[in-house]
Amino acid sequence: MSTPLLEARGLRVDIAGRAVIAGLDFSLAAGESLAILGRNGAGKSTLLSTLAGLRAPAGGEVRLEGDPYAALSPREAALRRAWLGQVQADPFASGVLETVLTGRHPHLGRWQWESAEDARIARGALAAVGLAGMEKREVQTLSGGERQRLAIATLLAQAARLYLLDEPLSHLDLNHQMAVLELFAGAARDCGAGVVMVLHDPGLAHRYCQRVLLVHGDGRTEEGAADDMLTAERLSALYGYRLRLVESDGRRCFIPE
Amino acid sequence: MPSRRRALLILIGLCLLALASFWAALAAGSVSVAGGDVLAALLGQDVPGMEVVLQLRLPRALAGFACGGLLALAGALMQVLLRNPLADPYVLGISGGAGVGALFAILVGLSGLGTDLFALTGAMAATVLVFGLAHGDGSWTQTRLLLTGVIVAAGCGALVALMLSIAPEAKLRGMLFWLMGDLGQVNDWWPPVLALAAALALAMPFARELNLLSRGLMQAQAQGVAVGRLRYAIYFLASLATASSVTAAGSIGFVGLVVPHLVRLATGNDQRLLLPASVLAGGALLVSADTLARTLIAPQQLPVGVLTALIGVPVFLFLLSRQPR
Repeated sequence: MSTPLLEARGLRVDIAGRAVIAGLDFSLAAGESLAILGRNGAGKSTLLSTLAGLRAPAGGEVRLEGDPYAALSPREAALRRAWLGQVQADPFASGVLETVLTGRHPHLGRWQWESAEDARIARGALAAVGLAGMEKREVQTLSGGERQRLAIATLLAQAARLYLLDEPLSHLDLNHQMAVLELFAGAARDCGAGVVMVLHDPGLAHRYCQRVLLVHGDGRTEEGAADDMLTAERLSALYGYRLRLVESDGRRCFIPE
Repeated sequence: MPSRRRALLILIGLCLLALASFWAALAAGSVSVAGGDVLAALLGQDVPGMEVVLQLRLPRALAGFACGGLLALAGALMQVLLRNPLADPYVLGISGGAGVGALFAILVGLSGLGTDLFALTGAMAATVLVFGLAHGDGSWTQTRLLLTGVIVAAGCGALVALMLSIAPEAKLRGMLFWLMGDLGQVNDWWPPVLALAAALALAMPFARELNLLSRGLMQAQAQGVAVGRLRYAIYFLASLATASSVTAAGSIGFVGLVVPHLVRLATGNDQRLLLPASVLAGGALLVSADTLARTLIAPQQLPVGVLTALIGVPVFLFLLSRQPR
């Protein structure tokens, strides 16, 4: 069996000295997608940035294609995984194409400038999120949803095999939510990419992810196939609110009682 | 994003601008030297005014260019480090520390090299103090760094005011000129020039990483920048650049704040172009301002810091009102 794209062993994540995740073991193979669900403040984002190597774990270790982050330079790590954060802030004015091209950074040498090939990849990424033709626009003139799609395009330009997405659907309208989920499902299916995403809609998680990780925020986690994890009983316990499962054509929807 | 070709063209244009500022600085003054004679003097021919050009004006122009370049470079770096467009080289208290050192030296009767040494010591002490306090628990966020710098600068300001108020009349003028920045007090032209060359050579290899850093720390780290090391490096590089300029010419204001902004407005925020362009523009601005300072109400000389501020304040206010937030 080939090396998993991402592997966590005995992972512990602390927030303000309190363990929100403890003893987490899982591995993600090429082509797999995993949804992380949990309440606000349960440690989903902190877990994701730990998986991205941006935060040191409080215990255990994270391996990226078999190597611990300590053994990889930031640039080598950036060639293997791309991370989408929740906040995009731009204190300085910048163009749309210029922003997408920053994703090419790990592929370029120290003195190298972006080539025509890099520009082609960047334009392709913009087209993939429906921002074609906006290359010359200033980022600060974009709407929240457009900025979110721009951030996703930057991620695509980075061309890593593993995508770690923190609430990729925030600010997006319904059609773009579906487009973005289809985009990453396609990347997993056709290119063997691995996808880990923090989601808030269990129905969409069921439709687009084979596997689900439930984060309870007190150290407990449950991980398994989406069909087993996404039940009314488990989710009611997870969110602390009674949910009713409605199933139609194999798709699930959860309605608050 | 400018293409490499466009970046080169802009830099060549700015080089011409810098040369023009040098030419004006060498030609203008109490002894006016004709353009042809300036060139002849530079080529070593014995023409009238050769001594003035080579002994007085050229060293001063070189030092002025280097100080302007250092301040603009340090300003651009600080703006990226603090991710704050309003940051300038002095925001972290470096000029305050240098001011305390220099004024103390003047107060106890030192001059020339002694003042420089004390100014440098003060600048380095402020740098280390701000770093130590802001870095204390390892978090050193931009806000914490900025607040620590502002507070240390305020403390230095109080010490400066104290020394000014107890200083004897005879020393006040020298102290005020130091505080406002004055190229007349430059002892040697080569230390700032050397510092500028070194600072630019150290900053340029990291220019693309600085582009990413200006977009956010975590984001930059995820895209392959060794953020921790890079931030230490910029902090100390910008501090040293500021310290070298302040040591040589006192705290000349507004070059470090306004020049990176002007360049950014004209060329965009790609640090690969912004850094060298700021150096050239900052150098040219300071050389021109100093030429004006020497000649406007000659034989009296104005401190160049007054002129850069007089030019800088309206330009900056104009930019600020023009840019929608």
